[in-house]
Amino acid sequence: MSTTVQLPRWIDVGALPLLNLLLALVVSGLVVLAIGENPAEVVEILLYGAFGYEEAWGYTLYYTTNFIFTGLAFAVAFHCGLFNIGAEGQAYVGGLGVTLAALYLDFLPFPIMLVVGMLAAMIFGAAWAYIPAYLQARRGSHIVITTIMFNFIASSLMVYLLVNVLRPEGSMTPESEQIAENLRLPFIHDIAGALGIEMASSPLNLSFVYAIMASVMVWLFIWHTRWGYAIRTVGANAVAATYAGIEPGRFIIIAMMISGALASFMALNEIMGVQHRLLIDFTAGYGFVGIAVALMGRNHPFGIFLAALLFGMLYQGGAELSFEIPTISNDMVVVIQGLVILFTGAMEHMFRPRVTKMYTAWRLRRDAQEAV
Amino acid sequence: MENFELVILLLDATLRTSTPLILAALAGMFSERSGTINLALEGMMLGGAFSAAAVAFYMDDPWIGLLAAIATTIGLSLLHGFACITHKGNQVVSGMAINILMSGLTALVGIALFAQGGKTPALDKAARFQPITLPGAEAVKDVPIIGPIYFELLSGHNILVYIAFLAVPAAWWVMYRTRFGLRLRAVGENPGAVDTAGIGVVAMRYRAVICSGVLVGMSGAYLSTAQGASFLQDMTAGKGYIALAAMVFGKWRPFPALAACLLFGFLDAAATRLQGVVLPVIGEVPVQLVQALPYVLTVILLAGFIGRAIPPKALGRPYVKER
Repeated sequence: MSTTVQLPRWIDVGALPLLNLLLALVVSGLVVLAIGENPAEVVEILLYGAFGYEEAWGYTLYYTTNFIFTGLAFAVAFHCGLFNIGAEGQAYVGGLGVTLAALYLDFLPFPIMLVVGMLAAMIFGAAWAYIPAYLQARRGSHIVITTIMFNFIASSLMVYLLVNVLRPEGSMTPESEQIAENLRLPFIHDIAGALGIEMASSPLNLSFVYAIMASVMVWLFIWHTRWGYAIRTVGANAVAATYAGIEPGRFIIIAMMISGALASFMALNEIMGVQHRLLIDFTAGYGFVGIAVALMGRNHPFGIFLAALLFGMLYQGGAELSFEIPTISNDMVVVIQGLVILFTGAMEHMFRPRVTKMYTAWRLRRDAQEAV
Repeated sequence: MENFELVILLLDATLRTSTPLILAALAGMFSERSGTINLALEGMMLGGAFSAAAVAFYMDDPWIGLLAAIATTIGLSLLHGFACITHKGNQVVSGMAINILMSGLTALVGIALFAQGGKTPALDKAARFQPITLPGAEAVKDVPIIGPIYFELLSGHNILVYIAFLAVPAAWWVMYRTRFGLRLRAVGENPGAVDTAGIGVVAMRYRAVICSGVLVGMSGAYLSTAQGASFLQDMTAGKGYIALAAMVFGKWRPFPALAACLLFGFLDAAATRLQGVVLPVIGEVPVQLVQALPYVLTVILLAGFIGRAIPPKALGRPYVKER
């Protein structure tokens, strides 16, 4: 009786994740009920807050940008069989790179400066990912623990730098100086305005376009290059990769550095795009949510885009929610995130055996009928 | 003499800061020695701290609060087990999910119940664990050397501090001197062999995560009803991860983990006292450096530069019975 049929793709990457997502949302609804509010009303406000008016769209896509970057970061490492929990720290240190470039290279003209800022973020983010990667590849230290430790080390380092080094003379708040005009990414509403299109102002900026480009490039890299192939091979079976002439250690380091660079792009959106200065904890947990985004999106850039949009919607809608219903704070969004990660990530196999059984039974019956 | 008193005070603070780490590190050890990664210590600690403070407030009794904390963390452990052991989900993801979930849920429920921005109301004396004066402490108080050591350092802590330090030899005994402990370590190293011997791997792992839940619940209750006097949003502030680091630093063994917790607790206690202090020779020590030291040390240890930390062999791998 153990004959099972392989699930078709639309069930495997479509129906099953949706089923899990639905369960997460149902449980979230129960939480809303438990604290004495109406789930239907909450959904309505969430959707209106995220998509109901023009400005909301801009905010939703601005949050989405962060999630695309951190989601892609997690996915690239994951294809190599690595759990990069350190996107948070890598983005944080990437932000330091941008800020240092802004402070010391501000004489460069505008378009060159943008490239320099981006490179600085990449280099810093990749370097921060390199150390855990090296330790995993050459000394066998478990990457999950080392990246967690590196998040905390980054956090201490940045607090130290912001309080003691980067804080402008006479300022009390631990923030860096404002970055120069020529390092600021233009807002989408400004670009549209220049082209003669009227748009509501929002923090959405050019980095959203980068995020789309990065998604396409990650897709090309993972599935259409030699290195991408090597990374997937190491991820699938490191021993087999060795026999195929692929040195796992080398690709562990490459995958992690690309992952760190992608995570650091979050700093482009936040620092070069919106905040225009380095702030304490500007990463605000986006790195961790990236794990959920990647897992929900099945580590494919297109899936990541959809999942990032979902989380962007939750963030923006959640802000509206805490405004409309005082008993529901922003923490509701954190709860929904937790539940989505739990059901789509940790319990992704929960329905699989049952669905496989049902599908197999259906197929066998159909085949039997056709045979008759 | 003044220096001696300072040292005593610092060590006294170390005992208090390392208590939650010890309980949580032992919790992590029980789970991980049986093969289940427990990154959820942080979230479970938070959940325990919230339940303890909320229930202690309503019942005016810290012990009922403690029981509520343990019930909460056992529940969360079972959830973790349900995802990782029963459904063979990813253990790292499940742990992260529980951490994020609890960070939001404790604040949300706190606001719904108490409307104080995520805090619980301040607990009065009867609802908290009070310091215990050990027998004879008052009598030897003025004896030089022994007096301060006994009166200041050893006496005058609340019951959970003593429980934490007694839990270490107890955990060692369970882990290395009982049949349960042997089986627990065996499912973490070679579950197939344990299965062949006719012992259920799944049941064994569930029992291990329940042990883990009991211990981490106590550490949560300590934060909100013994050390502090209410629950504050995200009050664990990374203590769960430091405990995890201490467990790794202690190579998944009770006594070395205790030593690591004391070291990390000492660094924590020293960091708050070093703020702005200019030391001879070294100069002013950045507090952030002292705060980051536990993590840096753990990374160095993991890199194999100071001894080798070898995790349980089956750690992170769900057990799939052969068909």
